[in-house]
Amino acid sequence: MMMNHSMKSQFNVRSGTVIEGKWHNNRYVILKELGYGANGVVYLSKFNNQQVAIKMSDNGMSITSEVNVLKSFAKVQGSALGPSLLDVDDWAVNGKNISFYVMEYIHGPDLLSFIQQKGPSWTAVLILQLLNDLAKLHDSGWVFGDLKPENLIVTGPPSKVRCIDVGGTTMQGRAIKEFTEFYDRGYWNLGTRKAEPGYDLFAAAMIMINTVYPNRFTKKTGGIAELKEKVQTSKELIQYEEVILNALMGKYLSAKEMRHALLESMNRSDAPRASSRVNRKSPPPVSGGSTVTRTQQNVRKRKNGGFFETACIVAVISCLYFLYIYGQLI
Amino acid sequence: MKTGTLKQILLITDGCSNQGEDPIAMAALAKEQGITVNVIGVMENDVIDEKGMSEIEGIAMSGGGVSQVVYAKQLSQTVQMVTRKAMTQTLQGVVNKELKEILGSSKTVEDLPPEQRGEVMEVVDELGETVELEVLILVDTSASMKQKLPTVKEAIFDLSLSLNARSGDNRFSVFVFPGKKKDVEKLLDWTPRLESLNSIFAKLTVGGITPTGPALREALQYFKKKRSLRGLLSRDDESFYEESV
Repeated sequence: MMMNHSMKSQFNVRSGTVIEGKWHNNRYVILKELGYGANGVVYLSKFNNQQVAIKMSDNGMSITSEVNVLKSFAKVQGSALGPSLLDVDDWAVNGKNISFYVMEYIHGPDLLSFIQQKGPSWTAVLILQLLNDLAKLHDSGWVFGDLKPENLIVTGPPSKVRCIDVGGTTMQGRAIKEFTEFYDRGYWNLGTRKAEPGYDLFAAAMIMINTVYPNRFTKKTGGIAELKEKVQTSKELIQYEEVILNALMGKYLSAKEMRHALLESMNRSDAPRASSRVNRKSPPPVSGGSTVTRTQQNVRKRKNGGFFETACIVAVISCLYFLYIYGQLI
Repeated sequence: MKTGTLKQILLITDGCSNQGEDPIAMAALAKEQGITVNVIGVMENDVIDEKGMSEIEGIAMSGGGVSQVVYAKQLSQTVQMVTRKAMTQTLQGVVNKELKEILGSSKTVEDLPPEQRGEVMEVVDELGETVELEVLILVDTSASMKQKLPTVKEAIFDLSLSLNARSGDNRFSVFVFPGKKKDVEKLLDWTPRLESLNSIFAKLTVGGITPTGPALREALQYFKKKRSLRGLLSRDDESFYEESV
């Protein structure tokens, strides 16, 4: 439970600095800062001509805590839940010990930037991938906690979403260690801060909403009604409405269940489009029901046309009237 | 490992004290009695001056706690972060002391090789999850705090939400200063739930001086009074006393 907007880099390690571990004596050359959070700073570094990421903190315990999580992830077979852990050590500098750990460098844009570049058709694909990873993470007894687009990197090709910051990752049943308000169900008055799969699924649904509202928004009253309205007023989200709302209300017990529902909703949202196309092409309707729909569509079309016609006439007449008045004045 | 109950005072203020005892000394007194003092400086359009800042840092430092100065809109996240951070800090101290007894001399967790720290951290995490916690929230209600009070209320609720997600028991009490007649006034007695805070906060009046030092001293008394009262009751009794404000 740390906040995520605090202090800019507690230390400023310049590029070119060589960091040597006190215990394992590995030497790392700092290349640049990749990011910082409440629990430390992450640097891109070089080790034996290989790019790695180093996370440093003057709070040794938070480093140890994250290392514990990454070690436990490593035991989960055939998965890529977080970055893989390469080394843990202390750096003795200026008479102080700075704890750090070294991990695989996961390179790519974050989830929101990726979707903004490539288009909204990627949203569901990436969320499906994410839910797959979450399912494995939950099965191994953890909850990711601080799930947000900034912590999700899309690597590739082939494009694959990866979680990068395990600072909020909490053992199931405990209180969530770290979160960001917008993605936190407690903030929206929609649940507790107990680490359980539903907590992450809520955040996943908020990430979907976030793709349409990249600047996020703040709570007015809290509760489901406020979020429902945001979903219903977005044409990109409306097709996933049921899935998003169920996740927000904690109706899914597992990531698999939500994933399944998301897949279903995509198949369903394809269906009406396809059938309406068929309807337009084939004149003899198969059933009475579709006739009604079609007629209604035609009526609506005619209505729309009528409105356009009226607007045109009004515009032309007012134009002529204006010219007439103008002529009179001169 | 037995840790007893963690005791914290959370002071929410927006400036310097101007009456009574030195609050930094009172915070040191709290620390001597095993009570941690955390301070949050809250700003809105105003900025906390140098003097206020050094007092805020000073109180937290001599009270063995954590301090943070934030804008009102970040208050919720900060309150729970500061509380958790101070808890971990205290528990680390307890664990370090135990380690010293086991390993001898001046060994701390940091002196262990990284491979062995993991298990120690697991102990600290486990304690943080299960330990009993008492937080006395002390809110500055001098005139300049007026428009910040709704945010303060939100933040206190949010804190109870975070802490009640733990499996350990929590008790909160809320005090404001200056009080109507005294330096400090009790709004809410020790309770695990804070729902009743809504109606109480609505009736709150602000104004007057900022007697931070006396308020801290009174708050300490309250911890002690409660403990001696509790001694009379059975241990497993839910210590939830109603007293009219």
